[in-house]
Amino acid sequence: MLALQILIDGFAISSLYALGATGFTLIFGVSGVLNLSHGAIMVVAAVIAWWVAGTFGAGPYLGALAGVAASLACAFVTYSVIVRPIQNSPSIPREEKEIFVLTGTLLWGIMLQEAVAYLFTNNPKTVRPLAQGVVMILGVRTPLNEILTAVLSWTAIGLLYLLVNRTRTGKSLLAASMNPRGLTLLGFELSNIYILVWAIYGVLAGIAGVLLGAFLGVSSDNAGTLTASAFSIVVLGGLGSVSGSLMAAYVVGYLETMTAYLVSPSIRTVPVLLLLVAVVYVRPQGLLGRR
Amino acid sequence: MRISLRNALLGSVFGCALAMSCAWAPTARAADPIKIGVIAETSAISGVGIPNGAKMAAEEINKAGGINGQMIEIVDYDDHNSAVDAVRAFQRAAQQDKVAAVIASYVSEVVLALEPWAGRLKMPMITPGAASNDITKRVHDDYDHLKYVFHGYLASTQIADVVCEASKSLMVKDLHMKTAVVMSEDAAWTIPLDEEYLKCLAAGGLKVLDHIRLSPDTTDFTPIFNKIEGEKPDVIVTGISHVGVQPTVQWQQQQVPMPMYGVSSQATNSTFWKDTNGAADGVIFNMASAPDVAVTPKTIPFAKNYQAKYGNLPGYAAYTSYDDVYMWADAIRKAGSTDPDKIVEAMEQTDYVGTIGRIAFLPKTDTFAHGMRIGEGYITGLMVQWQKGNPVTVWPANVATGKMTFPSFTKLPE
Repeated sequence: MLALQILIDGFAISSLYALGATGFTLIFGVSGVLNLSHGAIMVVAAVIAWWVAGTFGAGPYLGALAGVAASLACAFVTYSVIVRPIQNSPSIPREEKEIFVLTGTLLWGIMLQEAVAYLFTNNPKTVRPLAQGVVMILGVRTPLNEILTAVLSWTAIGLLYLLVNRTRTGKSLLAASMNPRGLTLLGFELSNIYILVWAIYGVLAGIAGVLLGAFLGVSSDNAGTLTASAFSIVVLGGLGSVSGSLMAAYVVGYLETMTAYLVSPSIRTVPVLLLLVAVVYVRPQGLLGRR
Repeated sequence: MRISLRNALLGSVFGCALAMSCAWAPTARAADPIKIGVIAETSAISGVGIPNGAKMAAEEINKAGGINGQMIEIVDYDDHNSAVDAVRAFQRAAQQDKVAAVIASYVSEVVLALEPWAGRLKMPMITPGAASNDITKRVHDDYDHLKYVFHGYLASTQIADVVCEASKSLMVKDLHMKTAVVMSEDAAWTIPLDEEYLKCLAAGGLKVLDHIRLSPDTTDFTPIFNKIEGEKPDVIVTGISHVGVQPTVQWQQQQVPMPMYGVSSQATNSTFWKDTNGAADGVIFNMASAPDVAVTPKTIPFAKNYQAKYGNLPGYAAYTSYDDVYMWADAIRKAGSTDPDKIVEAMEQTDYVGTIGRIAFLPKTDTFAHGMRIGEGYITGLMVQWQKGNPVTVWPANVATGKMTFPSFTKLPE
């Protein structure tokens, strides 16, 4: 019974982690950007969804849509106001651009987080779930919303897989991650590809934020933890490897759930951090890293 | 030493100016406002009530003529829930902004960090919402240095006693409950709370099956609720303040079949219903005063005015912060100056009917030195339940405005 409970709970939270980390790793894979405002963008999505659904009485569906739209807008602003000017700046030496982007996105993330705290307080908000009620799975009472979270996460990841592997646009994304210069020689406009990848990122982070808001609830204080969690998963899976991130998301999700159930909920994240340190020592390229 | 005429002239002009400035100073000071510093985390819903409540009281006092003609000015500082920021704000308030007294924070860790500074800078301070027993214990142990600190809210042990007292009639007598699991967050204020819970719940007829302390950073409460459910208690007795929305929503989404009852500070805010999308329905929590109960003749008017001014009902620390400004004003009036020792002396004589009850501070010989007197005729505390979007007082019976009801997924003992 306990094993089944861990299996079900772990699956839901891991799926959500996977979705959150996918966008994060995609951006890194394609454009080499580590976006440290990731957690804040997820928080914006969740809080806007809560606000539109609750305060305006627009209902959960419109609320969720507004949350994803807000995340998309944030992603575009992150790219066009923070990342692109740094990348194009002639006054920043090429080898320092990465660190400037890291700092820029980190500060932007803090600005977003503070703005949310200022406008909506840092009290946690919960997005009205799309599905209410519980179902029994082999004797384990499971909220419908938890199942829906896992299903929607995997639907989004599945659609991303189809896009990347089955469409010409998607394949160009893959090509950009392998050889950006080759792609420009073939006549592709690299900046268009970057805009596309940031758009995909915005949607994925938005869905992840809204689902997290409905599943566990989100406060502006969570922004840092969410970025750190996506970062850990991506490092564990191998920087830039989407399949590595998916696998790592499950390792992290299940390790946390097992710790919470079998040891103590208050040290839930500790074993994951230990594992991360071990991975950095023993296999710095991560589980499925390409280096 | 030779004194030239020029030097003598300069000296006398300077001396004259100095004498005049001294002579003028009291008049200038009389026109100056008396400043009261307010330090709180303003982005938190419990925190923002502290400056809001204080400003309302200051406006009312000023309208009525101020303190012997001097107006009160509230100087507020945001501490971002950080002890370091709070200490900086406190130093600035005392040394630069020259406030006469401070109202500080609802977070025990922050207040405990400020306490030695109140002693060092001889700055009268009261907390409207922190609960740790250590706040008053330190005053008791080192009165000469820390007598400037007052506790404007119930100490953890006192809160636990109120919750236990109410559980005798609500849980044991009315609902025939026999067992409980204590679930509280890991924080300074819950250490004495839990200690007292374990003693007084059992004494009141509820056997404690387990005692779970959770990290205030917890976001996923599923494993905790599953563990509790496995132990089959009749009720979950809570001690939560930093967390609140998330456990409540997950309790409702997972349909955990036992009621949540006890201390849940976030539940005291009127936005709690909206923040939880109504998942709060059925949650019972402790408060010193509620917007639907005339604890004193001042309670309901304050709640109404607060709602009219700020758009939502006051959280627990807004009531106390409002009372605190009145008490500082009275103390300064009685002291006849802003001399800290005289203010403390006057504050110790406080016998004031505020929004939360009749307030008097315990003497320095008491373990809870400068804490509030609790019990019949003073502060008694209430138990309030969220019902269909409204906080309804369910205990004590003489002031209750409704009966307990629970969501359909709750299974009560036969």
